[in-house]
Amino acid sequence: MTESIVVDQVTKEFTLRYHRTFKQVAMARLKRQQVSNTFTAVDDVSFTVEQGESIGLMGLNGSGKSTLLKLVNGIMRPDQGRVLTRGRIAGLIATGAGFHPQLTGRDNIFLNAAILGMSEAETKRKFDEIVEFADVGRFLDTEVGHYSSGMYSRLGFSVAIHVDSDIFLADEVLAVGDKPFKKKCLQRMQEVRDSGRTLVYVSHAAGSVRKMCDRVIVLEHGKLGFDGDVDAGIKYVKYDGDTDDATEQEDEELGADI
Amino acid sequence: MSHVADRREARHAGGQGVQPQLAPPSATTGLFEVFRRRYLLRLLVSREIAARYQGSALGMIWSYINPLSQFLIYYFVMGFILNLHDNVENFAIHMFAGIIITGIFTECLSAGTRSVVRNKGLVQKMALPREMFPVAAVLVSAYHVLPEIVILAIACVWTGWTPDPLGMVALVLSVLITVTVGMAGALMLSAANVFFRDISNVVQIVNNLVRFGVPMIYPYILVAQRFHGHTEIYLANPLASSVLLMQRAFWVGSTEDPAATASTHLPDHLFTRGIMALLLSLVLLGFGQLVFSRLENKIPERL
Repeated sequence: MTESIVVDQVTKEFTLRYHRTFKQVAMARLKRQQVSNTFTAVDDVSFTVEQGESIGLMGLNGSGKSTLLKLVNGIMRPDQGRVLTRGRIAGLIATGAGFHPQLTGRDNIFLNAAILGMSEAETKRKFDEIVEFADVGRFLDTEVGHYSSGMYSRLGFSVAIHVDSDIFLADEVLAVGDKPFKKKCLQRMQEVRDSGRTLVYVSHAAGSVRKMCDRVIVLEHGKLGFDGDVDAGIKYVKYDGDTDDATEQEDEELGADI
Repeated sequence: MSHVADRREARHAGGQGVQPQLAPPSATTGLFEVFRRRYLLRLLVSREIAARYQGSALGMIWSYINPLSQFLIYYFVMGFILNLHDNVENFAIHMFAGIIITGIFTECLSAGTRSVVRNKGLVQKMALPREMFPVAAVLVSAYHVLPEIVILAIACVWTGWTPDPLGMVALVLSVLITVTVGMAGALMLSAANVFFRDISNVVQIVNNLVRFGVPMIYPYILVAQRFHGHTEIYLANPLASSVLLMQRAFWVGSTEDPAATASTHLPDHLFTRGIMALLLSLVLLGFGQLVFSRLENKIPERL
């Protein structure tokens, strides 16, 4: 087996600034208030993912999942440690892709595909497939800014999943989609997984994680809380924080009906 | 779908040797990476150009009308109100040559400075070399020079100018210097603007200074007379050399006696100065890249 993603003692800190202008900063200094503060979003996290594995990345809101995904995707660089990946990466970060609101859906498909590393010929070849999957209909030539949130994320998902990538990152892709689309997405992601690509799937829905993944990584306040078996991982998340049976039930249902 | 699996297998079977290596996903070679991914750059540039003329009836024709009207205004004001044509032959052409160069540069700086902040959505969610945005802004600004040069050339031909090979070399050198300095500035300021939005206000002041710091609304000969012996400082500005080269390319040839104009109105060793200015601007570009790379790490979180 070959390593696909190596995360080695990675730390990422954010600086929180309470004041922006010189006047505010000066006033705060005079009053001996704190001017800035650091916040460790990802704290000394290490793990290795083999080619073809599918990982469920879980954790509460604000536990550092999206930051970790951004580090793996290359949008951010770690402050300490190193992230290594093999091959082309495609995926969605924090619901929806990076689209340009003033461009039409069509132009955005080309732009997004180019950013993900596709050539013009490759995009043209897959264009119909992408449009069909996104199912935005006659809005294809409308500015993306006018899209509904569902259409927006459908288009983003569709472009990302059609890229011949070695690693696919999916961050809360199913959060805004409707039921038929969720079903389609999960099916498509299963195909991606079965084709031997590495999959990192961020979700709160235990059911779909169980279905999609063969390993779960849990983040807690930026630290690696759990890394291992799916069922144990899901259990781990549930023990931490709310033990509310109702929510758990709901989550299970959300996963189950897909 | 089995064809996905098939393709993947084919890729693996066929290219076992070329299997990608483990590498940091954020690794980038800066500007080199930008020019390696020309297709993406082309998309970004054409998008900017299309956006500029979106919804206008005349579209691209505006890029001819604007400089033409500007030229006519200067021609009228300089020639008939200020009577400057008596002192400096074809002063409107002298000035327009300068306007083109300062126009590229100021446009590079102001559009470049805003470029990263304006493309927030892409910067925060997609992995691409972020130098892409300032570079695209600079290329869009440079693209608009073509219509201006066409208008200038027509005005020159009208006054009896014939293009000469050395003049064309001067034109190319001049545009290269300006675009390189503009790109250096755009790189530095686009990153800095993420941290302090004050930068775009500073840029306006810089742009004003640039307009008066080059021999555009006054002939170089005045500088040579007033600051005799200190002109080296004035000419150290790569943009001053660039404007003089542009005037060498168009204005000098449009006068009655080009040789006499060149010897009185242009500094000596103009081409050597031009090449030095180009080298200096390449150094500035390297510095701009360095600044950008240093600031880049914190860009996504500070946007």
